[in-house]
Amino acid sequence: MSTTLLSPVDVAVAPALPDVLPPRRARGRVGMFIHRHPTIFAGGLMLAVFLFIAVFAPYLGTADPTAIAPARRTRPPSELFWFGSDMLGRDVYSRVLYGTRISLAVGFSVAILSSIIGLFIGLVSGFTRWVDAIVMRIMDGLMSIPSILLAIALMALTRGDWKNVVVAITVAEVPRVARLVRGVVLTLREQPYVEAAVASGTRVPKIIWKHILPNTLAPIIVQATFICASAMITEAILSFIGAGTPPTIPSWGNIMAEGRALWQVKPHIVFFPALFLSLTVFAVNLLGDGLRDALDPRLAKRI
Amino acid sequence: MLTYAAKRVAATIPVMAIVAFLVFSLLYIAPGDPAAIIAGDQATPADVDRIRESLGLDRPFVVRFAEWVWRVLNGDLGQSIFTNLSVTHMIGQRIQPTVSLMVLTLILTICVAVPMGVAAAAKQGTWIDRLVMMVSVSGFSVPVFVVGYLMAYVFALQLDLFPVQGYTPIANGIGPWLSNLVLPVVTLSAAFVALIARVTRATMLEVLSQDYVRTARAKGVSQRPVLFVHALKNAAVPVITVIGLGVASLIGGAVVTESVFAIPGVGRLIVDAILRRDYPVIQGCVLMFSFLYVLVNLGVDLLYTVFDPRIRY
Repeated sequence: MSTTLLSPVDVAVAPALPDVLPPRRARGRVGMFIHRHPTIFAGGLMLAVFLFIAVFAPYLGTADPTAIAPARRTRPPSELFWFGSDMLGRDVYSRVLYGTRISLAVGFSVAILSSIIGLFIGLVSGFTRWVDAIVMRIMDGLMSIPSILLAIALMALTRGDWKNVVVAITVAEVPRVARLVRGVVLTLREQPYVEAAVASGTRVPKIIWKHILPNTLAPIIVQATFICASAMITEAILSFIGAGTPPTIPSWGNIMAEGRALWQVKPHIVFFPALFLSLTVFAVNLLGDGLRDALDPRLAKRI
Repeated sequence: MLTYAAKRVAATIPVMAIVAFLVFSLLYIAPGDPAAIIAGDQATPADVDRIRESLGLDRPFVVRFAEWVWRVLNGDLGQSIFTNLSVTHMIGQRIQPTVSLMVLTLILTICVAVPMGVAAAAKQGTWIDRLVMMVSVSGFSVPVFVVGYLMAYVFALQLDLFPVQGYTPIANGIGPWLSNLVLPVVTLSAAFVALIARVTRATMLEVLSQDYVRTARAKGVSQRPVLFVHALKNAAVPVITVIGLGVASLIGGAVVTESVFAIPGVGRLIVDAILRRDYPVIQGCVLMFSFLYVLVNLGVDLLYTVFDPRIRY
């Protein structure tokens, strides 16, 4: 904003209310949104780019991500191999782009699954005392096992398959959602409007549906974004240590695991998937931060 | 104090029992017949049956669980399928690097993250605050092995300041021990610093808006004592709570960091065990780490009374 355009009135008011003051040119609705929630916009935009890459991976100048060309192995980045090639001569650019699919699929699946299951468990526990006593003890136990170790132990039981990875990470994340929902339910049950609904004879399912569920939505959405971010990291870690998606699938963790042996001489194989993973997780975390500020006013005032 | 401590200790026993139950169930439903694996390819079905009977694998779940708990209480975590060594012995051999890594990481994190959070809260809204928040979101987003490779590439390969990989036992001298651990510790700290700095900042902001802080300022206490005496002591309880909870991600991070820097610790033991499907070792390590985590949080609970004498229940 150029300062020369400010009228004396603006100058007089500006120091008192720097952020709330409307700009001279009225913003459109999109502009307003960006202004009020810059982190949601930035995170959402970055995530949209990665979604685009995941969906249109075959049309973005990629080759077959599994095609081997031993004669052209471990090439540095060049015009032919934008991100270089790995030790089997596979195109790292194509592998990294296709890897976006696995990461986003795992992140979104875990976020959605653990939210639904956690919501269910949390609601039941919040309303039924005897279930609460048993289920919450189990949740405490699950939460006492560090989540990556729990996922590792579960993966050791099954074949490496991305669906099993989703299940393993979901089991580790569900207790967090369940605890969150249960906490919200227990507070809401004490609210006068819920007591009023109970007193006027509203049935429990209707109370849950009308009065409880809408209030759990905001914290769950925020929690789900952070779960999505941590699930993507956990998936990469599992693949990296050889307990995740099968090595035939180009996931970012697998590409890094394969590049590991050569990273001191050919760092590009590890660098590009690492960059993509970090940027994607960063985007989701930004989105989560922004959503929390927008949806949870109690926490927002702290930030 | 003593009753509080006794109650807290008593409260961890059921948690540990549930953890033990969950971890045992994992091995119980593990695919593959341990008896057949031990017997080998040449064994007849009768041999396999004999081994199964001698190992007690033919008895019901509850009996086997009770026996297993009894053995664990006596320090016996079973035997590796692969090396035939006792799991307790294998963990004992590799515990020093892991403990060194985690203790140094905790110390570094607290020394870096708490001042960062205090500074951000004291200068709320300024560039210092924004910088701390930016660093902290980035710290969350960059996975631990990415930080590890970056550290090793810059500080070991390019600048040649520290060894790239490996571990030197503390018995061979503090200097070599430390120089091998610098990069892994910084790596493992990155995400932890991000978490603790954020929580410290949020808690400090809340405490700084309290009446007694205003009173302290009004009677002329200068900024530094207000921050570090009045505010930080009251912000300590939430911060150490998160440090305790964060030990879970620290354990997960240690597994990865040990792989990146080729440190022969318990984390590497787990990774190797997974590749070999050595279930008793996986089970033993997961159980050990979970108990460690529960005990750390018990310690945190007991620390509360130091920082906040009102806590008595």
